[in-house]
Amino acid sequence: MTAHVTSPQFKQNATKALADDQLQKAMSNVRQGFIDKRAAVAAKLPEFEALRDSARDIKNHALQNLDLYLERWEEKVTAAGGQVHWARTADEACGAVLDICRRVGAKTVTKGKSMISEEIALNAALETAGITPVETDLGEYIIQLRGELPSHIIAPAVHLNATQVESDFRRVHTHLDPQRDLSQPVQLLTEARGVLRDKFLSADVGITGANFLIAETGTSVIVTNEGNGDLTQILPRIHIVIASIEKVVPTLEDVSQILRVLARSATGQEMSVYTTFSTGPRRPGDPDGPEEYHVIVLDNGRSAMLGTAFQDMLRCIRCGACMNHCPVYHAVGGHAYGWVYPGPMGAVLSPSLIGVDKAGHLPNASTFCGRCESVCPVRIPLPKMMRHWREREFERHLSPATVRSGIAFWGFFAKRPALYRLATRAAMGALAWFGRRKGAFKSLPLAGCWTQYRDFPAPQGGTFQAQWKAKRGGR
Amino acid sequence: MSARDEILGTIRRSLGVTGTERPRHSAVDERLAAAPKGLVPERGNLSGEALIDLFKAQAAATLATLEEVDGLDRVPEAVADYLRRGNLPARARIGDGLASLPWGATALEVTTGASDGRDLVAVNRAFGGVAETGTLALVSGPDSPTTLNFLPDYAVAVLKRSEITGDYETLWARLRERFGKGVMPRTVNWVTGPSRSGDIEQTILLGAHGPRSVHIIVVND
Ligand code: SF4
Repeated sequence: MTAHVTSPQFKQNATKALADDQLQKAMSNVRQGFIDKRAAVAAKLPEFEALRDSARDIKNHALQNLDLYLERWEEKVTAAGGQVHWARTADEACGAVLDICRRVGAKTVTKGKSMISEEIALNAALETAGITPVETDLGEYIIQLRGELPSHIIAPAVHLNATQVESDFRRVHTHLDPQRDLSQPVQLLTEARGVLRDKFLSADVGITGANFLIAETGTSVIVTNEGNGDLTQILPRIHIVIASIEKVVPTLEDVSQILRVLARSATGQEMSVYTTFSTGPRRPGDPDGPEEYHVIVLDNGRSAMLGTAFQDMLRCIRCGACMNHCPVYHAVGGHAYGWVYPGPMGAVLSPSLIGVDKAGHLPNASTFCGRCESVCPVRIPLPKMMRHWREREFERHLSPATVRSGIAFWGFFAKRPALYRLATRAAMGALAWFGRRKGAFKSLPLAGCWTQYRDFPAPQGGTFQAQWKAKRGGR
Repeated sequence: MSARDEILGTIRRSLGVTGTERPRHSAVDERLAAAPKGLVPERGNLSGEALIDLFKAQAAATLATLEEVDGLDRVPEAVADYLRRGNLPARARIGDGLASLPWGATALEVTTGASDGRDLVAVNRAFGGVAETGTLALVSGPDSPTTLNFLPDYAVAVLKRSEITGDYETLWARLRERFGKGVMPRTVNWVTGPSRSGDIEQTILLGAHGPRSVHIIVVND
């Protein structure tokens, strides 16, 4: 099972998003909040840039030896009394979760925030099987009430305003006094805390994701601010972790290196509130904790990314900095991307996971400003990889006609022919609608971005053209 | 072929390896055995008074509160005062690791064991503190139930001054000394301030699902 995909309609989605005043207002929170906070906290740590190199190197080393680290990790999980379930596909992963839930007769499942769960559409699978999934991260809870996908990988409800959340709570929490005051965000938080507290205490199974798996100790790690992931995993009898294969890192020291850049890049905190290291089930004498500990380890196309131009994408630690700094994401929000992973990381990852035929438009959603790469804590060359996808798209003749013929539109780039040809072909999809609504986007720093980019040495333009010509000529 | 073998097989094909290469195995095993530290920020290398000062400052920055007492015996009194100051009922759930302290000398009503979700206040023994980020480390076990760190509204953590380290790496070294290399307790919780959420309009609000308040008692030893 895979979440409903609307990525092929990216342009329609984007056009709609640009006209959505409510969304535009909500997105200003991203523009203002995340960027300043990250910059401030990075400035406070002189070693921040060097730690980014370290994080990149650790992930590269782990990926080059992924087979061996996964084996070592599995041995340790088993030695600690946990169980590992390997899943090639989303369906297999959902199946493994359902098997466990059915065996223990689970009726209600609480869930910590997990992008893998979104990727495999686990909630739909649970519901079909008659099991009620309850999202407990506040943002995830809100979008579950609305039947939506997350619009951001660490702030799933960032596209919403407090008044929308209020009306959802009034619609769903009908057991509470209709006259109650919910005008302040803190009242919304308190209400969700109360409603979810009961769910935590009564759930049969708790499902969390994992930010990391540690080979040295067979440990899974979650990083949260709310504490919902912890209540999810310590209260029910069964704890299921769902994680993808590339989450494995060698040692506790390695995970500590990466943790030093994760929260700083994500929310601009020096450290998230809760970093939890879980190893196996409850031990003899432990007064609490789950009796069973399972890890579903999911491939879903990742193993095939190794050894390709997209291997670097597997370094991603899902911090969200690339989307926080992306002018296209700011303009259209996360839902326009049409699947669970938005922003630059989604534009690169989604075509790998659901196919270039479905997500082929996403790599066009770039202005080439390069900010995503400049803030990525593991230094993933996102713009370069978006270009790779575009080249592939050409090879597959999937480019829309507008991209191939609408070049005159961009006359103002004509002074720089090399860049012009590269960029129009590559970025047309994204730029077309910026162009259409130009007046409305004076406040976006796009012009600055382009200037910035135009100062770059025009890279690979000739190569690409030559390739393209060769292809046409050879036909 | 099992899912496991197929996934490992695809990984190996993609990487162009067989999985039997000696040098790869030894590189991996050496790294796991040596667990190299990597880059520790300068601020993680402090010692003495500067180390404690950094811990205090960083904990305050996370919106935790902190006080110091002279000797473990003074902890019950400090907890009682803390509850009084906050106008809280004189009741607390305490980790078994603290049960031998002179609670009887206070008016506090204390219970031990896991929390059932009805405790307003819990007091738990922490394993350590990390000055770099003002982070507490709590380790699950018979003496320190994990539920105490998450269910109550007010979480109090007790640790000795000597258990505060500059960096995470020294904390791991202490943990390995206690549990052995490659072995972890069921849960290690790093707690850096009170629970919070920014999910509504990116406004940070305290007390999402975990404690609204974290109070640290540092015991001068
Ligand atoms: S690609 Fe980089 S910046 Fe984007 S989410 Fe992943 S790690 Fe963060």
